Amino acid sequence: MAQAAEAVKTSYQGQMHLLQKEMMGRYFERVTRAAEKGDGKAVYMLISGNPVELIQAFDLIPVYPEIDALQLAVKKSALPFILKAEELGYSMDNCAYVKADVGLFLGDRKTPFATIPLPSLILCNYVGCNVYLQWFEHLAEYCDGQLYNLDIPFLRDPSGQPSPEDLAYVVRQLEEVIEICEKLTGKKLDYARLKEIVSRSSETGEMWSRIKGLTKNIPSPFDAYFDSVTMMAPLYCLRGTEDGVRFFETALKEMEEKVRMGTGPLPEERFRFVIEGPPPWPYLRTFRDLFSKWGAVAVASTYSTVGGLWEFGFRHDANHPLESIAQHMLQWNVTNRNFLQRYQQIRRYVEEWHADALVIHSVKSCRLFSAGQGDMREYFTKELNVPTMLIESDIEDPRYFSEAQLKNRIDAFFESLEHKKILRAGAEAGGAA
Amino acid sequence: MTNVESLIAHYREVLESVPLELATDWKKQHPGKKLVGCYPVYTPVELIHAAGMLPVGVIGAGNRLEIAHADSRFQSFVCSIVKSTLELGLTDRLKFLDGMVFHSICDPARNLASVFTRNFPDLMVEYIHFPQNMTSPHTIDYMVSEYKRLNTSYEQLSGKQVTDEALRQSIALYNTQRRLVRELYAIRRATPQNLSTVECYVLTRISTLLPPEQHIAILEEAIPQLRQRNEKPKDRIRVVLEGSFCEQPPIELLDGLESAGCYILDDDFLIGWRWFSEDISTEGDPIRNLANAYINHSVYSGVKHDTREPKSKHLIDKFRETGAAAVLILAAKFCEPALFDYALYKRALEKEGIPHLCLEFEEKMWIFDKARTEVETFVESMLFE
Repeated sequence: MAQAAEAVKTSYQGQMHLLQKEMMGRYFERVTRAAEKGDGKAVYMLISGNPVELIQAFDLIPVYPEIDALQLAVKKSALPFILKAEELGYSMDNCAYVKADVGLFLGDRKTPFATIPLPSLILCNYVGCNVYLQWFEHLAEYCDGQLYNLDIPFLRDPSGQPSPEDLAYVVRQLEEVIEICEKLTGKKLDYARLKEIVSRSSETGEMWSRIKGLTKNIPSPFDAYFDSVTMMAPLYCLRGTEDGVRFFETALKEMEEKVRMGTGPLPEERFRFVIEGPPPWPYLRTFRDLFSKWGAVAVASTYSTVGGLWEFGFRHDANHPLESIAQHMLQWNVTNRNFLQRYQQIRRYVEEWHADALVIHSVKSCRLFSAGQGDMREYFTKELNVPTMLIESDIEDPRYFSEAQLKNRIDAFFESLEHKKILRAGAEAGGAA
Repeated sequence: MTNVESLIAHYREVLESVPLELATDWKKQHPGKKLVGCYPVYTPVELIHAAGMLPVGVIGAGNRLEIAHADSRFQSFVCSIVKSTLELGLTDRLKFLDGMVFHSICDPARNLASVFTRNFPDLMVEYIHFPQNMTSPHTIDYMVSEYKRLNTSYEQLSGKQVTDEALRQSIALYNTQRRLVRELYAIRRATPQNLSTVECYVLTRISTLLPPEQHIAILEEAIPQLRQRNEKPKDRIRVVLEGSFCEQPPIELLDGLESAGCYILDDDFLIGWRWFSEDISTEGDPIRNLANAYINHSVYSGVKHDTREPKSKHLIDKFRETGAAAVLILAAKFCEPALFDYALYKRALEKEGIPHLCLEFEEKMWIFDKARTEVETFVESMLFE
């Protein structure tokens, strides 16, 4: 029987990781200064298809409750906040991102990584996720804050495109957001500056897209799930800034170098998989190691396209800043695309990134991602013949992570993949002889 | 004249076995006609009707259908109605439909629309994105464009051009239906001893399964008879019920709630089929009128986020206007919109000192003792306080 290499611990810490720590550290310092010294105004936003360029153009501070919630989970300090929210009436079955954030919001908003300021504007960019609407509605009620629902029509046409009316509607709303930000800051929008920022977003998108293309190499230079998440925070918090551009230049260079050297995140790449669904933040390392021991590397992930999908060609256009921000929100992120478009996105990953298998990580909290993933499994196994595994835990709530159960499933899955590989190799050798 | 009691008993029996039979029977009598299934919560049924088709409420499968296939597609933490609706499709029980329409109420329902598209290629699946920005002056234009898109889609399905006049007539017809349902609700609110919640529910639920003309005729017969009733009020507490706007509780559960000691003065069952607080205008551009009614004259709901006023204010207003003594939250298990709303309602109700009880249900539930006991305990605590 195939033996998995035991205890392969992945602790890749390249320049990109160090730079990320430094830059995100500075971002959280800025967030904390706003909270503790009133230095700057915070705009709460959501990750999916975020219009951070507008916020940067006004020197407002983007604060993402999702990032706060995930940081709490990573630092293993989410549960007390979740329990506090449940005491207040939130259900066991409500999204735990929201519960962790509400628990934090209603306290002193101090965390191990930052103090979170109260919002000057609660900008609900409703991009796909319906829970977003509830989440920000609740925060607005708790602090009596200004709430604007930036409504993004979901992609529902068989063409997969937004209609001209959808686009016009979003642009008109962005203009309203600009008016609100002008009142908030007492400054008129500097249109030239917005164009510069959008141009930097375009550059960032180009580099991020090239980075993602690199995992088509064998071996893949990095893990497109576990290492991509390192690049996602700068993508959302720093996109449009010079720091953001510098970060992606560094990351691209480093990854290209790894391709030249033929090195990857593991000593040996034995399996390539595509992964669908958000990660289990409270046990990220444990979860990663369950794959690493099999020499399994993620070569593409849908989660890394929540905030934006650049690898299929979209770039912001500095000549049409509002239209391209609108297009990004409408069409170029995974959450506003319908479920079948996600199937096709994954299919492209499997084919063009040369994957052996699909892993679906189903999380209870995020039903946008998870509801119906059984049908997705059906499609990939029955229609496309792609080995597919569906496993369950949660993105935030540590109570839903069962290591023993996950280990059994993952081991069984890779064992059977290994078995198939041996049979195939045998058949090929037999055929050659 | 049909006696109202036997009318209700007849329809209750159908609703408690296979509700969709009402629509399939109609299809048998009208073989050339097309039918479009409407998933909760709200559908602009006028657009379907004006194209010469019958809109039919596909509101889950109640507690008589075993889920044997759909639970491998949707996980254990997804609500019953999503799974039972898919099960209806996977077991060929929706073959009589030509189309199905879903909309942006929640994440599972949105994915369900895609799962339908993939699994039932013969069904024309539509998805409506209802706006969630109620403050922008541009929302109405967006909504008009969305309704026009839908209208074109239904013209193609039916093979019939829809004139403004036809649309106005459909609006007028559904206005009449909704007005009669409002009358029904007004009777129960004023004299709950004369119209039980189950009766009110049965008479409303059939509006989702019958042609509007037929339902109007039923209500026109039923309402005068209900007005004749003169029952003595029982010693019960009066409540308003909130949270069942999508998945529907079993009728036996409604029976149980009332007999445990409540009069339900108002509720949000089937709210999408009675979505408007007033008639929709039949003057001028009908599509714009439908859109305007959605934005400005529709009820508040867990699936419509209107930042102009907090939802809890509406619940408290309803509580005060009806003269209720308590609020009953009846939320479907795993229903995120309803469960999130509860957190806000709880806070607001506690602030106002309004007694309330929160219960969860599933359409597939069979045993009602626990819910009944909880309500009895709650009622007793109120009566003997």
